Amino acid sequence: MARAISPQKKWTFTILAWIVALILFFPILWTILTAFKTEGDAILFPPAFLPPHWTLENFFEVQTRSDYFRHFFNSVVISVGSTLIGLLVAVPAAWSMAFAPTKRTKDILMWMLSTKMMPAVGVLVPIYLIFKNLGLLDSLAGLTGILMLINLPIMVWMLYTYFREIPVDILEASRMDGAVLWKEIVYVLLPMAIPGIASTLLLNIILAWNEAFWTLNLSAANAAPLTAFIASYSSPEGLFWAKLSAASTLAIAPILVIGWFSQKQLVRGMTFGAVK
Amino acid sequence: MAATVNTRRLARAMLTPAVVILFIWMIVPLVLTLWYSFQNYSLLNPTNVGFAGWTNYQYFLTDPAFFQAFANTLILTLSVLAITVIGGILLGLLLDQFIYGQGIVRILVISPFFIMPTVAALVWKNMLMNPNYGIFAWIATSLGMQPVAWLETYPLFSIILIVAWQWLPFATLILLTALQSLDEEQKEAAGMDGAGFASLFVYITLPHLARAITVVILIETIFLLSVFAEILVTTGGGPGYATTNIAYLIYHLALLDYDVGGASAGGVVAVILANIVAIFLVRLVGKNLEA
Amino acid sequence: MGKIVLQGVEKHFGDVKVISNVDLTVEDGAFVVFVGPSGCGKSTLLRLIAGLEDVTGGRILIDGVDVTDLPPMKRGLSMVFQSYALYPHMSVRGNIGFGLKMAGLPKDEIAKKVEAAAATLNLTQYLDRKPRQLSGGQRQRVAIGRAIVREPKGFLFDEPLSNLDAALRVNMRIEIARLQKALATTAIYVTHDQVEAMTMADKIVVLNAGRVEQVGSPLELYDRPDNLFVAGFIGSPKMNLVGGRIAEGHGAATIGIRPEHLLVGREGEGWRGTISVAEHLGSDTFLYVDVKDVGLVTVRTQGEAGLRTGDSVVLRPDPARLHRFDRDGRAIRAA
Repeated sequence: MARAISPQKKWTFTILAWIVALILFFPILWTILTAFKTEGDAILFPPAFLPPHWTLENFFEVQTRSDYFRHFFNSVVISVGSTLIGLLVAVPAAWSMAFAPTKRTKDILMWMLSTKMMPAVGVLVPIYLIFKNLGLLDSLAGLTGILMLINLPIMVWMLYTYFREIPVDILEASRMDGAVLWKEIVYVLLPMAIPGIASTLLLNIILAWNEAFWTLNLSAANAAPLTAFIASYSSPEGLFWAKLSAASTLAIAPILVIGWFSQKQLVRGMTFGAVK
Repeated sequence: MAATVNTRRLARAMLTPAVVILFIWMIVPLVLTLWYSFQNYSLLNPTNVGFAGWTNYQYFLTDPAFFQAFANTLILTLSVLAITVIGGILLGLLLDQFIYGQGIVRILVISPFFIMPTVAALVWKNMLMNPNYGIFAWIATSLGMQPVAWLETYPLFSIILIVAWQWLPFATLILLTALQSLDEEQKEAAGMDGAGFASLFVYITLPHLARAITVVILIETIFLLSVFAEILVTTGGGPGYATTNIAYLIYHLALLDYDVGGASAGGVVAVILANIVAIFLVRLVGKNLEA
Repeated sequence: MGKIVLQGVEKHFGDVKVISNVDLTVEDGAFVVFVGPSGCGKSTLLRLIAGLEDVTGGRILIDGVDVTDLPPMKRGLSMVFQSYALYPHMSVRGNIGFGLKMAGLPKDEIAKKVEAAAATLNLTQYLDRKPRQLSGGQRQRVAIGRAIVREPKGFLFDEPLSNLDAALRVNMRIEIARLQKALATTAIYVTHDQVEAMTMADKIVVLNAGRVEQVGSPLELYDRPDNLFVAGFIGSPKMNLVGGRIAEGHGAATIGIRPEHLLVGREGEGWRGTISVAEHLGSDTFLYVDVKDVGLVTVRTQGEAGLRTGDSVVLRPDPARLHRFDRDGRAIRAA
């Protein structure tokens, strides 16, 4: 039922909303614009909104001076790798809790959630020392493992809430049709759960891509993903704003796009299904 | 709903890896942290190793830096919560109206949430808050005011601004989603009953949002209690301890001072503080599960 | 082949006994209907036979083989679910052929069998559609196709018609009954609708609170209900049950008389009362007669009897059709 809204009201809200939206988006927009400026133009005062001289120089500079793509590659390996490994563990667990719940299922879910609440800093020391002793410091394997662990509860939860929406009848029908468990999961459950699995995948890639406690503390030159690489601009390279912006733009662009596509599912994933 | 013994046995087998992995991940480091927290253990002084009793805790809890870090953690968490929840409600209400280009507005508003913390902090520090060339300085001079060295003059406030910018979109998105699930007919019925905008908000909208607001508060709290990257790349906890929160203090003890024992004692304290918050969150989500 | 035997089957959920001590033999090729009010355990019993639930006690045999501990896939039964439970991401062809694919049949053989099943069910032109593109009746037929294509030892139907509208339901009822006769495959059919039970079954099993109340052919249940529950459950409109002095007069605690076994007259001996409502259906007329000491009695007369609301009438039960029950609700049979 559409209510009649006066055009005046429509335009007032529209203008107001756009102003707020542009203010919130401005730092990102500014970063992207600055990436295309020369270093000189970047620190003009008063600032030049659009680049007076458009240039791609900064992007090349960032790559040649600091091997940008190595860090980009690290970010991809860590975020995608931790998500895929996590799914391998989380899908069976979520299947189990959604379709064969027991009296303890709820407690297990709550317990998983509570591991997520343990502050990372509380276990920084032992993890650092374990990593040091096992030679995992500054390794992609170590970071992938850690990020898989910290996101595993969210994955199980998200998949659980999605699986619960699939009628158990259909899985039972496949059992009557003679499907053994792995066939039931591969041929029936997974195809039906593709939207849910895709959102889980995307949200976890976003979270892993942006994770900035463990990546900063457990990586150095070798395995550093973009979060840690960008942190190296804190000083004194941060004075080169155009290059900082170019590096930042490259670092945020892929995840920004993924984020736009998955914003609806994000609500559900981040709130453990409490808000849909 | 039950299934066969066969299915249940399989189900248990499928659940086991996740549970075992998470259990080890939770329990092993925690036990080690506890163990180290009672040891004299410094990476700088390998000879002085041994049982320390409560001394690590004593040092950590009586350190003036701890008080400041504790206060900073509280101020940071509460301020960001206040800004994002109130701002999120207002923005949610605004975006719930008819707006031309709503899809794009939504995308613009949610975007800051997807920016990695190090990028967000550096962009704000340099390009917005720089007293000589930053946008804020330009705005100040255009208005005829003196530019402010934000991170030096108002360090904690600056951090709060940066973190709030990252989390406002999250609060807005959640609250907007909740608002959109509010029954249109319920609003119309209240309108028929003569409720104006204010009473509509107080009696219908706000109660409907209560659950979403609680969820936002509790989830943000988890993350805000351990803000780290934003501090590391902007102020490094300074000037002095002005922007050191508990997470940063422990990091400093562990990886800059190499005081394993002291940092571990701090870690235990942080875990205890977080658990107090966690208890509330688990209860809340648990209640929603039943509904 | 498909003789299904239940021996002392029990099912408990925690402390709740959902099925208690059911003994039952379903002969090969028979069409058996489980009927009862909702919550009586009929669906649970079907799921026990299917192997989707474990029995707490007792044994289930199919063709003399104890299948109690076998998983569903090894029992050789197929099932049609109330929700149809079609695989939404597969075409009709994929849905019908899934069981054969799981059994590892060669592709061309699967194709042949699927097309044959589809032809039987008039689904040939829909083979490449997805379930969401089909009407309710077509989905129902796909679910049946999925069940018959595997040539199982028995079909299990779990309230398959309850999601269809009334007209379609009658058509599907006839179609299922005809198909089952043609294939001569054992079928167990669960429903809460006693009309479905009466029209389709060779044998009806009436369940109540997890127990079997009576097993028999539709007419046996209609003519000779073993107890008050079956008497009240089978037949529409319901049998009139009368207690008190009138029942005592017949040497019973309760007597029952079906609406169609009451003769209506204007005067004479019998139960005197006034018509409080008369429902004219054309072929039949249902009268709800207020009888003193008895209460509201339902009467079914054929055609238009010319009776109106407010008329006073006399009802005479047909003594040969009178059912007598003792204090425990069990039927009293003339020795």
